[in-house]
Amino acid sequence: MNWRGFLWALTALASHWRRRPLLLAAALVGLAAATGLWIGVQALNAEARRAYDDAARAMSAAALPALVAEGGGPADIARFGPLRRAGWPASPLIDVDLVVEGAPAPLRLMGVEPVSLPEAAGLALFGGGEDEAGNDADADAPPAPDYAAFTRPPGRALIAPATLAELGDALGVGAGDRLATARGQTPPLVASAAAAPGVLIMDFGFAQRLAGMEGRTTRFLLDPDAELPAAPLSDIAPDLRRAAPRAAADPAQLTESFHLNLTAFGFLAFAVGLFIAHGAVGLAFEQRRGLMRSLRACGLPAWTLCAALGAELLGLALLAGVAGIAGGATVAAALLPDVAASLRGLYDAPAPDALSLPLSWWLWGLGMSVAGAAVASGGALWKAARMPVLDSARPEAWFAAARRARTRQGALAGALAVVAAGLAAWGEGLVAGFAMIGAMLGAAALALPLALGAALAGLQGLADRRWGPLAAWMAADARQQLPGLSLALMALMIALAANVGVGSMVDGFRLTFESWLEDRLAAEVYAEAEPGAAPRLAALIAADPRISADLPEWRAETVLDGAPVELRGFADHPTWRTRWPLLEAAPGAWDRVAAGQGAMISEQLARRLDLGLGDPLELAGGAALPVAAIFADYGNPKGQVRLSNAALAARAPEAERGRHALRVTPPEAAEAVAAELDAAEGVSAMEQGSIRALSSRIFERTFAVTGALNTLTFGVAGIALATALLSLSAARLPQTAPVWAMGTSRRRLAAMELGRIMGLALLTAMLATPLGVALAWALVAVVNVAAFGWRLPLHVFPADWLRLAALAVAAAGLAAAIPLAGFLRTSPAALAKVFADER
Amino acid sequence: MSAEGRRRALRLLGALAVTGAAAPAGWLGGRAAAQGYAGLGADAEGYSQVVEGRRFAFPRDRGPHPDFRIEWWYLTANLSDAAGRAFGVQWTLFRQAVSPDPGLDGWASPQIWMGHAALTSADRHLTAEKFGRGGVGQAGAVAQPFRAWIDDWRMESLGDAFSPLRLRAGGRGFSYDLGLRAEGPEVLQGRAGYSVKSESGQASYYYSAPFLRASGEIRLGRERVEVSGPAWLDREWSSQPLEADQPGWDWFSVHLEGGDKLMLYRMRRVGARPYLSAAWIRPDGAIERLDPAEVALAPAAEAEVAGRMIPLEWTVEIPSRGLALIVEPLNTAAWMDMSFPYWEGPIRVEGSRAGVGYMELTGY
Repeated sequence: MNWRGFLWALTALASHWRRRPLLLAAALVGLAAATGLWIGVQALNAEARRAYDDAARAMSAAALPALVAEGGGPADIARFGPLRRAGWPASPLIDVDLVVEGAPAPLRLMGVEPVSLPEAAGLALFGGGEDEAGNDADADAPPAPDYAAFTRPPGRALIAPATLAELGDALGVGAGDRLATARGQTPPLVASAAAAPGVLIMDFGFAQRLAGMEGRTTRFLLDPDAELPAAPLSDIAPDLRRAAPRAAADPAQLTESFHLNLTAFGFLAFAVGLFIAHGAVGLAFEQRRGLMRSLRACGLPAWTLCAALGAELLGLALLAGVAGIAGGATVAAALLPDVAASLRGLYDAPAPDALSLPLSWWLWGLGMSVAGAAVASGGALWKAARMPVLDSARPEAWFAAARRARTRQGALAGALAVVAAGLAAWGEGLVAGFAMIGAMLGAAALALPLALGAALAGLQGLADRRWGPLAAWMAADARQQLPGLSLALMALMIALAANVGVGSMVDGFRLTFESWLEDRLAAEVYAEAEPGAAPRLAALIAADPRISADLPEWRAETVLDGAPVELRGFADHPTWRTRWPLLEAAPGAWDRVAAGQGAMISEQLARRLDLGLGDPLELAGGAALPVAAIFADYGNPKGQVRLSNAALAARAPEAERGRHALRVTPPEAAEAVAAELDAAEGVSAMEQGSIRALSSRIFERTFAVTGALNTLTFGVAGIALATALLSLSAARLPQTAPVWAMGTSRRRLAAMELGRIMGLALLTAMLATPLGVALAWALVAVVNVAAFGWRLPLHVFPADWLRLAALAVAAAGLAAAIPLAGFLRTSPAALAKVFADER
Repeated sequence: MSAEGRRRALRLLGALAVTGAAAPAGWLGGRAAAQGYAGLGADAEGYSQVVEGRRFAFPRDRGPHPDFRIEWWYLTANLSDAAGRAFGVQWTLFRQAVSPDPGLDGWASPQIWMGHAALTSADRHLTAEKFGRGGVGQAGAVAQPFRAWIDDWRMESLGDAFSPLRLRAGGRGFSYDLGLRAEGPEVLQGRAGYSVKSESGQASYYYSAPFLRASGEIRLGRERVEVSGPAWLDREWSSQPLEADQPGWDWFSVHLEGGDKLMLYRMRRVGARPYLSAAWIRPDGAIERLDPAEVALAPAAEAEVAGRMIPLEWTVEIPSRGLALIVEPLNTAAWMDMSFPYWEGPIRVEGSRAGVGYMELTGY
């Protein structure tokens, strides 16, 4: 290889960027945005999955079969010895919330007995272990804590490192410190990957005391891998009964739509970023055509030129990659709380709490950047390799290709539209829903230049007849500019449509949710007793004259069709009959359910099991019940069945009976009643206004990530527009110079230019609005139903459209400002020089 | 033992292993699994110490001695059915304190228990292992009426008296339910129960009940068999670890025809002669310590078991008693694949006197 030639070529090529820093910035920003957003989204997804894996360890304790107290509430720990001696593979587990003084949220306290704890509990307490072949199965397993230290005073409290860090921020505690609770101090904290986030694991003996459950246990876990004794349980412990494992929903499955959503966004951002880079690199290629011809004419071989171009691109890609990953990490870290809120709020899924970017991510990011640069510049390189030496340095706007492809684009748009329509008509499931949205957006984006072209042609005709030559020129010039701007405008349209669509969905959801909450929270106060405190709460309620009605709500869990379902019992009372929001009801639904001859099921459950009114619902513990009504249950990842309390108790004797909805007269006393109940030991009570406020807050947090992503999309579209305008500005001089020469001032020309861009943005916004409504429909009617199992009414918010259109126009104006400022500074000599040039 | 069980046990072992200083060898002479188990807490500080001259008292000493670090109830039985087929049964309960604080009970108890059970025939060897926490009823022992248990495995007196007893245990593919009847007294090993394990003075308290008669039912797979035969209970407790250069031991208990019993063990030492100890027990329960110089115990043939070479045939010569014995295992595959693996199984004795017994080989 001729290294000197290569280096000279590289220097000559690179010198171009010094003269065009903005173009360089556009190429770098495009690549960096593509890489960064993609990596950021992937990092978020990966962190979320890791959080599921972490939590799966602790969650599986709930998935074990267990022995529970016959009447609900905690079981007597004195049964432990007799159970074991009778051959029952039982291990006590305390599983309660633990309020730590000063901590932002309660921790989940798990008290385990490490010796008898079933392997399948998956708490991985003592780490390590072997696989079948006797090899160390998990080299990353947490180190074995000291058994003696774990069980002997002061004990050890295992806590996830991230949770420990959170507590450290809030309370200034660290490893080895003890947390203060109402019942004394916890054992010293030990950071351990054995604990899922938010969980505090300690020996049963310490947990008993901290939970105020001396002599009692939440339940006895049974080892699913051990044989059960032949002797019946009633001989040993008549006060216990076997409980089926609580079905643990796989969060990865539940959150599939969410991650698909994020990935789609990441991909969109990547594509838009590549458009930007493609534009900048293509333009730089065209601008350097003369230079390349000179280099070739000086004897530089074509492949050395290509190597130099390639090296230049590699440098660009690596630089942009590093910047992109750093930016992506920042974006991801900023979005993390919102993502976590969405995961917790919408799916009840464990959420990531910290972001890490291991080395492999950096390598992957750089790879993506390089690959992106290759895609963005492949065409340019190919042209450089094939460029005839003696070809004149005829500048050819790189975007001219787009004009030639117009017909092809139209055909593709049509085809995509057909695909979208087909998917809308026949598609099923989440992936089909997203594919339909993708096809719809793609069709609309491809059709945009055609639609804008047609609109501008109409305007031009109008201007010819009515507004004079300058207006006609403006319209014609806009048409001429269109191919170069079309990619950026497409990005703008998609961003606008996404904003309209997602905004409609979220706002519609909010409206529906709020009115639904209003109905659903019909009682003034809701109180709940911890296991064991139920009688105390019942006595308090009975003694309070302000409580005009006590509506106990019993609760149990079951599994239907392999997924967890909540069973809720309620007391027959006018409060529910008049207020509980039903979507569909059979005649006499309330009477039938109250009489134990029917069940109400949530919309999610009805959709999942494909049940309608009157269909039989198979529930364990009795005959099938006809579906008497279907109610909305927004935001609940689990299905729900509502029965009368008596019917629930008959089918699920283990039902928790500590929850009460309370009517208070006068309603103004609600706050005082709630506060007094809440002060009782083992009782928590909330007034309905606070619950509603809490729900709304959770709702807002849940959709915060949607808002943030929308803003980002908008930002990327803005960058695309700015870089497109920037790259066009130089090429536009030949168009503007003649008009200037005919006496139009630069200021006037700049204003016209600004108006033209803003007009294009306005047109785009107008076209984006129906697309956004279509998107909202797709989200509400297809994606939501597939992802969550509920359907929302479609609401439209025209005021939002106006706001968005204004925002789009402003963004376009802002994007045009930089090149226009340059134009205003262009000296008359430069404008005049246009005529001297060979073109 | 299942892979699952092994994982479980290893985890627990991992948990335990950090409690003590790293002792390369196990504990005192005694027995079994203890190689790893007992070596865990090599530091004897704070525990009661074994000293010569202690007076044994029954029934008190049938129960646990929680102020000592380690203790076991170790029963072996040589059984046969009506057709003359031979079987062996092992039932072992180990106690270990993770801290020298015997006073605490309930969830703060420092005691942790481990059980081993095995049933051996000429062609099968089935084992199981259990762990249990002390202080909360899952596992333990009581002096009177005597009972020792871990989960549903138990050895317990049927009345106030020590004998008769009932012995039960089981695991995957096997179980046994035997009655035990004492036909002779308990005997103190060593010097009045003070049993020395090395020249440098490591010792344990050690007594045996070698005159037990077992009868009952064993289950091997789906087969249930009525069996009977002699059984031997060893009781031992201490707080001291083995010497660092004692990798393991070879222990034998023999029921000889004519009613005499023989117990002998040798503690192997790296680069030195093993430390040998032997006792002759007459049918009336009189026990006599044998001078190591007059006992010759030597491996005769090795075989490969579980990937290691183990001396499974032995010769025992005690010229002063005109005794020349050849010891052979009933089933060479009696490998105890536990969290602390060792070989333990029934033996046949031939030569100048015939007999049956049990052999335990650790540290291979």
